[in-house]
Amino acid sequence: MTELRYSLAELMIVAAAQAWRDDGEIMGTGIGPLPRLGVSLCKLLYNPALATTDGECWYTSQPLGPGGRTADAEVEGWSPYDRVFSGLWGGKRHAMVSPVQIDRFGQTNISVIGDHARPKSAMLGARGFPGNSVHHANSFFFTAHNRRAFVPGEVDYVCSAGYNPARYPGGEILAGVELRSIVTNLAVLDFGGPQHAIRVVSLHPGVSFDEVQDNTGFELVRPNALPDTPAPTAEQLELIAKLDPKGLRSRVLKDDPPGDRRQGGASWT
Amino acid sequence: MTLAMLDKRMTLDDIVAELRDGMTIGIGGWATRRKPMALVRAIARSGLKDLTVVSYGGPDVGLLAASGKIRKLVFAFVSLDQYPLEPHFRAARQSGALEVLELDEGLLHWGLRAAAMRLPFLPTRIGLGTDLANQAELSRRVVSPFDDGETLLAMPALKLDVALMHVHRSDLRGNVLTLSPDPFFDELFARAAARTFVTAERIVTTAELEMTVNSRFNLVERALITGVAEAPFGAHPTSAAPDYQLDLAHLKTYVDSAASPEAWTEYRARFVDVAPGEYLAAIGGADAPAALPKPVY
Repeated sequence: MTELRYSLAELMIVAAAQAWRDDGEIMGTGIGPLPRLGVSLCKLLYNPALATTDGECWYTSQPLGPGGRTADAEVEGWSPYDRVFSGLWGGKRHAMVSPVQIDRFGQTNISVIGDHARPKSAMLGARGFPGNSVHHANSFFFTAHNRRAFVPGEVDYVCSAGYNPARYPGGEILAGVELRSIVTNLAVLDFGGPQHAIRVVSLHPGVSFDEVQDNTGFELVRPNALPDTPAPTAEQLELIAKLDPKGLRSRVLKDDPPGDRRQGGASWT
Repeated sequence: MTLAMLDKRMTLDDIVAELRDGMTIGIGGWATRRKPMALVRAIARSGLKDLTVVSYGGPDVGLLAASGKIRKLVFAFVSLDQYPLEPHFRAARQSGALEVLELDEGLLHWGLRAAAMRLPFLPTRIGLGTDLANQAELSRRVVSPFDDGETLLAMPALKLDVALMHVHRSDLRGNVLTLSPDPFFDELFARAAARTFVTAERIVTTAELEMTVNSRFNLVERALITGVAEAPFGAHPTSAAPDYQLDLAHLKTYVDSAASPEAWTEYRARFVDVAPGEYLAAIGGADAPAALPKPVY
């Protein structure tokens, strides 16, 4: 059997695609090129009921990858921001987003690095993170798993709420907080540890648990069994290529490394 | 009111003359879409100062921040979409020049809705568990009077002195149409404001609005509109689809203008400190924005 070659980006897309498998008929959102390919692939492979948009304000029958033109798809519904908010407050959405920082509680930050009044780096602002985090399921995507992203203590400015009782009225985490998975360039993680502690679920081929832990600013839960993140199948790679004919996925990670380090991609560092 | 008084036509400068230092001004649109940029540039040219700006922010916020007009910003984000980080907003934030109330997109909506309903606040779970809730203005809680007894965040009403927005068509009485696919929250901005001024791509006759066909695009009733100024390409460089799309090349020029004080001075001289007709010439004439391709999101 010849070994199938695939990129790390493609491995991460397939890992991300697992997120919405069992969600049924809800709005699936993937922000950023790879999560968007993930949600699109999920719709094609596992959950055809998933409702996905063109990133502007139309639901399309066929999922649109990054850079996909609305005109090339069949529009099946309208999704202005007002309706997005109404829908997400009702809980019928699962978003995968790419924060700048995450901490051991699953709290994330996209607003500022440093002091809020006079930040070292001002970024986007909290956007929809606070509302999303207490109303519907959320997953996260990181292209660079390191201690600057997976921070010790708490994130500099908590934009999305997590499993930190101290931050809620009466110390009670809101029932709507539902953090699902974290896909990174090293591993897939979830919140399945004690008190929703972050746990490693699978390691990307050739990555060790210690490497993931060393690049994380807090202690990770290590389960007894740690499988490899499943490699993409030929069918999955073909679908990804169709969703991303311009190859935007190859420009997200530096030097577009191979998905299995043991395949000895020259560019892997 | 006489019928003659229902002629609400004004110039951009007439609208600016209605604004005062220290006012709270809401700006319609969303990031790079349907921002009243001709009006924003007119404010940048004016002597106005110490404004509180409420916006789903794009270059409107960046341009006013770079022009030193904003004392306080009420926002959930400031972004140029394809250029996610707004460089002038960043510079102003990082210099500590802006007082801010940071909101969630839905909280901003909720604050406008409370003002529109003339309520002091609306309850919500949004912000709980986050650092937003530690800001003084979001520090009040309200307990459900029902059996659930849930503790909720009280989002205070965001009352606006003035709302500014760009529409596609208006008649002289302020019957407006926004023809773009997403109306965003402009209706709530108008309802939250004591007065609303709009710029319109074209002022047309009431019959030309074809209101029975276009009713879904009729943002608000005319009683909410105080004045209307005709401003062709008045949203440029943001989009006013379907009339014209986002000008990505100009956005790049705008982003580059944050590179140095000299670059900003040059941008201002070319694109801000000019009359609307000269602006259109500076961006390549009326045919240029009309020919822009549809961007992907």
